[in-house]
Amino acid sequence: MLSFFKKKEGGTPPATAPSWTQRLRAGLARTRAQIGGTLGGLFGRSRIDEELLEELESTLLMADCGVEATQWLLAELRGRIRRDKLETPAQLRQVLVDLLATLLGPLEQPLDPAGQHPFIMMIAGVNGAGKTTSIGKLAKHFQGRGHSVVLAAGDTFRAAAREQLMEWGRRNDVTVIAQESGDPAAVVFDAIGAARARGIDVVMADTAGRLPTQLHLMEEIAKVRRVVQKAEPGGPHEVLLVLDANIGQNAIAQVKAFDKAIGVTGLVITKLDGTAKGGVLAAIARQCPKPVRFIGVGEGIDDLQPFRAAEFAEALFEEAPAP
Amino acid sequence: MLDNLTQRLGRVVKTLRGQARLTEDNIAEMLREIRMALLEADVALPVVKDFISRVRERAVGQEVLSSLSPGQALVGVVHRELTELMGGQSAGINLATQPPAVILMAGLQGAGKTTTTAKLGKWLKERQKKKVLAVSCDVYRPAAIEQLKTVAGQAGIDFFPSETGQKPADIAAAALDHARRHYYDVLFVDTAGRLAIDEAMMAEIQALHAQLDPIECLFVVDAMLGQDAVNTARAFNDALPLTGVILTKLDGDSRGGAALSVRQVTGKPLKFAGVGEKLTGLEEFHPERMASRILGMGDILGLVEEAQRSVDQDKAKEFAQKLKSGKGFDLNDFKDQIAQMRKMGGLGGLLDKLPAQFGALAQQAGGAVEDKAIRRVEGIINSMTPQERSKPELIKASRKRRIATGAGVQVQEVNRLLNQFEQTQKMMKQFSKGGMGKMMRAMKGMMQGMR
Ligand SMILES: Nc1nc2c(ncn2[C@@H]2O[C@H](COP(=O)(O)OP(=O)(O)OP(=O)(O)O)[C@@H](O)[C@H]2O)c(=O)[nH]1
Ligand SMILES: Nc1nc2c(ncn2[C@@H]2O[C@H](COP(=O)(O)OP(=O)(O)OP(=O)(O)O)[C@@H](O)[C@H]2O)c(=O)[nH]1
Ligand SMILES: [Mg+2]
Ligand SMILES: [Mg+2]
Repeated sequence: MLSFFKKKEGGTPPATAPSWTQRLRAGLARTRAQIGGTLGGLFGRSRIDEELLEELESTLLMADCGVEATQWLLAELRGRIRRDKLETPAQLRQVLVDLLATLLGPLEQPLDPAGQHPFIMMIAGVNGAGKTTSIGKLAKHFQGRGHSVVLAAGDTFRAAAREQLMEWGRRNDVTVIAQESGDPAAVVFDAIGAARARGIDVVMADTAGRLPTQLHLMEEIAKVRRVVQKAEPGGPHEVLLVLDANIGQNAIAQVKAFDKAIGVTGLVITKLDGTAKGGVLAAIARQCPKPVRFIGVGEGIDDLQPFRAAEFAEALFEEAPAP
Repeated sequence: MLDNLTQRLGRVVKTLRGQARLTEDNIAEMLREIRMALLEADVALPVVKDFISRVRERAVGQEVLSSLSPGQALVGVVHRELTELMGGQSAGINLATQPPAVILMAGLQGAGKTTTTAKLGKWLKERQKKKVLAVSCDVYRPAAIEQLKTVAGQAGIDFFPSETGQKPADIAAAALDHARRHYYDVLFVDTAGRLAIDEAMMAEIQALHAQLDPIECLFVVDAMLGQDAVNTARAFNDALPLTGVILTKLDGDSRGGAALSVRQVTGKPLKFAGVGEKLTGLEEFHPERMASRILGMGDILGLVEEAQRSVDQDKAKEFAQKLKSGKGFDLNDFKDQIAQMRKMGGLGGLLDKLPAQFGALAQQAGGAVEDKAIRRVEGIINSMTPQERSKPELIKASRKRRIATGAGVQVQEVNRLLNQFEQTQKMMKQFSKGGMGKMMRAMKGMMQGMR
């Protein structure tokens, strides 16, 4: 075939109440109710048969796990059915939850800003993913753990992006460094200087939303990274990519493209309070694994939780609680 | 990236070689590939299932059996069906009412409602000379009102101020009153993003709808949405009498299967496509292009338009002209295209818009944005004389050796480049003669070329 230049194929439990699980479960339960065929019904069957496996495949696909990850999970599951002589759908459920938890397990790596001072973070992602909102939530998270925070209004493009971040700064009572100029790198540079001068622990730089197809914008954000590096050798210490849980398989392309441009070190999955299940994480875990630092479960300042693989997997396959 | 439907089917068809006729099994295998391709494009599973059975019905029997190339015929059926499903009344915006015509914007968080409000406002103002007012009922998200104010200003439409302390219903009433008294033709009502399962917020927008009685109630959807698009679309459609859908962020490299999901579930026309952050980034929705995009079959029209938008206007025009004439597409053009693609960036996204064969050639050049590979192909073309570039048929054995030496590659690589180029040229001719339909037919040849 056309192989001329063939492409290479390329936890610590938190102090806060685990309300996200409840919210997640509530959301998932509602989804199931809407879809009709519930998982409860699925695992309530009396025995394991092809039909059950097929329904399971549908469930994984409809959770955005993607064709590849779904087929992999199913193949593993079939292997287990034979090897462990699974007999009941309930056993099958447990094995599947475990499989997914094992797949996602390595992504569970909490973020700790303690080692660096200041700890410099860049927040990136496609348009409307939830970057600015996540920064607002993260500011509260870090301050709650005794780290002081400064924010850099690095989105100099979108209308009122700066004002939006300012409001999050006000809610958190933290300084937001902004400029009239249109140069995001300059703003971030300023913020790092300010953090040093004031002895602040964490710098979070907001950036404008961008699609990886906009190469000049990918180049722009790569430049922001280089400027950070110049200001602070060894920085940025965390490059967070914010992914909207509603996005389908394109999330994988997003991880790859942003990783290539700016070296992604962690993910935030937002909007998990909706009906989208974020199953694309399974595909990401297989194709381009990155630590998942947090999940977003609402628009409020407290709607951020650390990612926990086991709970995520459990919640995804959990039988719907009685209404 | 190139693992798209045509190639997948190419593989299947290859396995069919030597078989005189198509069996149920053969169709099943191809349909499985189509199913996977649609799923990878984020078409929701229930919609995929419906679609596949529809295609099976159409494909089994005459249409396929009478054809010499089953795979090609099947892709044709698939493409036609997809186009048909997403097409229909390409209605534009309905303003046929006692002014002001109220347009209510609805959708998930971050979908693009506010931006699209300004884009559409600009569209109506500039193309239809309408007097347009916009108001924000988003009293929740920080700086949402400020954002609308700014983009309205950029769009050159009027903005009706509101404040976060107000109730959305009061804002809407005041804006409507203002619009009436100042003889506005159109009133856009932007709303906060909301989840379909957020009962309080859905009740709020239902109340707004009841109060405003908008002539258009537009559902703004991110083209990147995954499987949950069906649930969201169904819930919004159940809660509100939607009149149309606007798909945003189509300038990305998502395959956009959500378009089919949303269309299928709501039955409402896909009216516009957002193709950029700038306020000029709005297009009428093209079902045929969308079908090609979902199938990964290439969207050469989109490519040309994109070239016109973001690159050298003259060059792009020239290219479009050549495409149309089907004549004179030579290696110089190819080299320009590579250079332009590099300029435009996102070769990935562009490759998806190209027909498989041309994509393969570009891929060969771009090696999935591998600069080294791009340089190699450029090197080969650079080693040719201008005459050779405009008349590649001149390049025979000795010239090939000279070019290969000049570019520091094997003669086979020169051969491969020339072969691919030739096929591309042929395909472009087909394309220019009969548009998409002809191109579909030309795919028979392409598939053979893909072995
Ligand atoms: N339901 C829900 N909404 C969220 C969540 N995170 C963010 N949002 C909403 O999503 C929308 C977009 O969020 P932003 O923070 O503005 O996103 P962004 O990535 O900064 O957007 P741009 O800067 O325009 O690219 C807003 O309406 C947010 O309130 C979440 O976890 N759940
Ligand atoms: N590339 C691209 N970006 C877009 C398009 N439409 C909107 N955006 C961007 O997507 C992000 C979200 O757009 P908004 O208009 O704020 O979306 P919204 O639905 O009003 O968001 P909320 O009010 O927070 O729910 C912004 O960064 C926009 O610039 C598009 O067609 N292409
Ligand atoms: Mg932002
Ligand atoms: Mg908005």
